[in-house]
Amino acid sequence: MDNTSQPTTSGMNGLIEDWVSDKDAFKNVSWGKTMMWIFLLSDTFIFSCFLVGYMSVRMTTDVPWPNTSEVFALTIAGEHIPLILIAIMTFVLITSSGTMAMAVNCGYRRQRKQAAILMLVTAVFGVCFVGMQAFEWTKLIEEGVRPWGNPMGAPQFGAAFFMITGFHGFHVSIGVIYLTVVALKVLRGDYEERGYEIVEITGLYWHFVDLVWVFIFAFFYLW
Amino acid sequence: MQNNSNTQPPISLYFKVWGLLFVLSSFSYLVDYLQFQGILRWSLILVFMFLKAGLIIAVFMHIVWERIAFTLAILSPPLCILVLIALMASEASYTNLNRLIFFG
Repeated sequence: MDNTSQPTTSGMNGLIEDWVSDKDAFKNVSWGKTMMWIFLLSDTFIFSCFLVGYMSVRMTTDVPWPNTSEVFALTIAGEHIPLILIAIMTFVLITSSGTMAMAVNCGYRRQRKQAAILMLVTAVFGVCFVGMQAFEWTKLIEEGVRPWGNPMGAPQFGAAFFMITGFHGFHVSIGVIYLTVVALKVLRGDYEERGYEIVEITGLYWHFVDLVWVFIFAFFYLW
Repeated sequence: MQNNSNTQPPISLYFKVWGLLFVLSSFSYLVDYLQFQGILRWSLILVFMFLKAGLIIAVFMHIVWERIAFTLAILSPPLCILVLIALMASEASYTNLNRLIFFG
């Protein structure tokens, strides 16, 4: 990992210099971070395939697509609010992204206790999110939504819904475990010598999960 | 990004972006709540989506502080997906047309 201290030019000249240099092209980026980004890139393609698949089935069907605004509406205190559960889930995930960004910042300032606590707070928000998703799944399954059909409209709705939100929820769950493990190691002081880049790498994964949700929210729930 | 505290962006920047993400999410939700339809709905959804995604990638995932060689290596490959979208959209509209003709 000696690529973290090389002298470098910035801007477009830097781009050319980096790629024509005999050694590694990514200056000042550790292998851990590069590998996390490459993993996230591959994950981007997986989620894109799901979303493009959803686009295809929604375009091909001649049965009306269920109105997501109504399907995900909740009645809270006698008030019927459309799509409210999904809006709350979105805000929970954004809040968790904010606490994660703070944790990364604290890590680099070597305030390891604050960093660990903020990471654990992030994990708690993640658990809230998965909990709400479990509630949402239960509600839809009780209403008769199945991967092969549903009472509200096009039968492909269930397949797209369970596949996309299921895979995303799985990512959040893994993220919660990952965050908890790293946070406990940070708290114990395992990274005092190596530095706290691990917090940033963990953060990259978590922000990616939030990023994917931005696209799911736009295309699946709002469209 | 350099791994020492004096090159870290100020924490206030994160708070601003965080607040902006909240506002943009509220706008996204309002698109549905106010029942905008048609082109207006789709364009607003896309605008808010890209703004949110851009903010998360640029600031929270630190891409603005990375070198261009790294940024391009990470952000350009997903452009292939646009080709996939175009192919699948043309295929799907053909299938839809056939369904309407033969089953509709």
